[in-house]
Amino acid sequence: MSDLRELYQEIILDHSRHPRNAGKMEDATGEAQGNNPLCGDRVTVFVKLDGDRIVDARFDARGCAISVASASMMTELIKGKTVAEAEAIFQRFHEQLTGKAAPVTDENDELAALMGVREFPTRIKCATLPWHTFRAALEGEKDRVTTE
Amino acid sequence: MTGSAGAYPIDRIRSDFPILSEKIRGKALVYLDNGASAQKPRAVIDRISKTYETEYANVHRGVHYMSQKATDAMEAARLRVKEFLNAASEKECIFVRGATEGINLVASSWGRASLKPGDEIVLSVLEHHSNIVPWQMIAEQTGAVIRVVPVDDRGVFLMDEYEKLLSPKTRMVAVTHVSNALGTVVPVKDVVRMAHGVGAVVLLDGCQAAPHIRLDMQDLGADFYVFSGHKLYGPSGIGVLYGREALLDAMPPYQGGGEMINRVTFEKTTYAELPFKFEAGTPHIAGIIALGSAIDYVESIGFEAIAAHEHDLLSYATEKLAGINSVEIIGTAPEKAAILSFNIRDVHPHDVGTILDYDGIAVRTGHHCAQPIMDRFDVAATVRASFGLYNTRAEVDALVEGIKRVQEMFA
Repeated sequence: MSDLRELYQEIILDHSRHPRNAGKMEDATGEAQGNNPLCGDRVTVFVKLDGDRIVDARFDARGCAISVASASMMTELIKGKTVAEAEAIFQRFHEQLTGKAAPVTDENDELAALMGVREFPTRIKCATLPWHTFRAALEGEKDRVTTE
Repeated sequence: MTGSAGAYPIDRIRSDFPILSEKIRGKALVYLDNGASAQKPRAVIDRISKTYETEYANVHRGVHYMSQKATDAMEAARLRVKEFLNAASEKECIFVRGATEGINLVASSWGRASLKPGDEIVLSVLEHHSNIVPWQMIAEQTGAVIRVVPVDDRGVFLMDEYEKLLSPKTRMVAVTHVSNALGTVVPVKDVVRMAHGVGAVVLLDGCQAAPHIRLDMQDLGADFYVFSGHKLYGPSGIGVLYGREALLDAMPPYQGGGEMINRVTFEKTTYAELPFKFEAGTPHIAGIIALGSAIDYVESIGFEAIAAHEHDLLSYATEKLAGINSVEIIGTAPEKAAILSFNIRDVHPHDVGTILDYDGIAVRTGHHCAQPIMDRFDVAATVRASFGLYNTRAEVDALVEGIKRVQEMFA
């Protein structure tokens, strides 16, 4: 069960059961809908920018524990960051999940909890969908993003 | 199997499928994803090798020995398909890549020649996307309109609603024989009879029926019937479109190319006879030949024995899962075939699938390429266990244990 427990850590289950920043945002400056055609999961990400800074981020999702937890953690992480800082976090996270970079080992880094996904290649898209959708929201695209 | 179920040779059957002895993380493979694709018996695997090793060349072309041998083997397989379907003639058996291509062929070729603005195509809400999208495409091109037969809360095809949709405007009725998402068996014989009553043509999607139910085109009376080889323990990339000869004869070709012509000049091309008119290009020769072996294999066990075995598995699994508090079974039609779709409360099917997979249990999770029926039951996705002729009650028990581990993980 070790790899499975690594995937479904308490922190992941907690975020999926009690997602932070869940729900719609009326005064968003950008939003986008992401879609995983494999499983029918959907996530809408809302961002509010003040100049270059992300002052608020929310999401509305129908998805698995991994995608909801990832979206929840993402909104916590990117709030207050500049766009460039948030992009850099995603860049690093993406490389870590796809094995192009070493996994996070710092326990204080919240994304460490998602490193268990590395052992489950079919689930990496679940973890990255909110981030791809976030980037589309930044670009102000109203179009749908897919993982394909 | 229960002892009372008799002499179903489950051990011998399981030993016929090499992949069933593979281990997943040290655990036995419990393959419950037969609705997506079935595993292959040794006879099919060996037939593919034998074809390439001893009887392979292009077909219907060469004057040489090997070409003739390959052609004979392929046409013998067509004859096997004709017997399997109880078609009137092997001319009615067209080899296609799979059911999807078969439906696209009919929608495109029959549809372009036959549909006018305002004509109606009747589908059901149970359909796989492959029996929806080709009709939407041809409806858009021709101005035809799509009407949809609903189901009740058990997933039963509603005959009275179907009857109301039928009218002289109905030109095509395209419905599944067995629902891939819920397992509902549609009373297709009645569907055909009623469609013919208003002069409509009927296509049946037999993907989920062909591995479980004995097919008889004379009895069903369908105008078109499609199935895929890979769900029938045969190779992927090969399937069959059955069509009544008079209809196929009147239809224009689907794709142009070699093999489907009689004489080509730049002024005019005449087309080959059936079935070759619809088989442009070099076919999946080894796949066709091995499909014949898959049919031989299934018939060597016998549909009556397979149906009894699978029915036992489905009843056993339904009873076991219904006894688990947080499990909701989606699709409870009285007539079902080998498919059990369900959800676990508060756990997404994708997470269920990953946890089951960890124990070597392969199920399908997602919308099963049937989003309209997911919407009908207001779910994004389900977990689907689908049984084949080699599954056992012990594997159902493993599924039940796996579901308990999912509950523990998410407790």
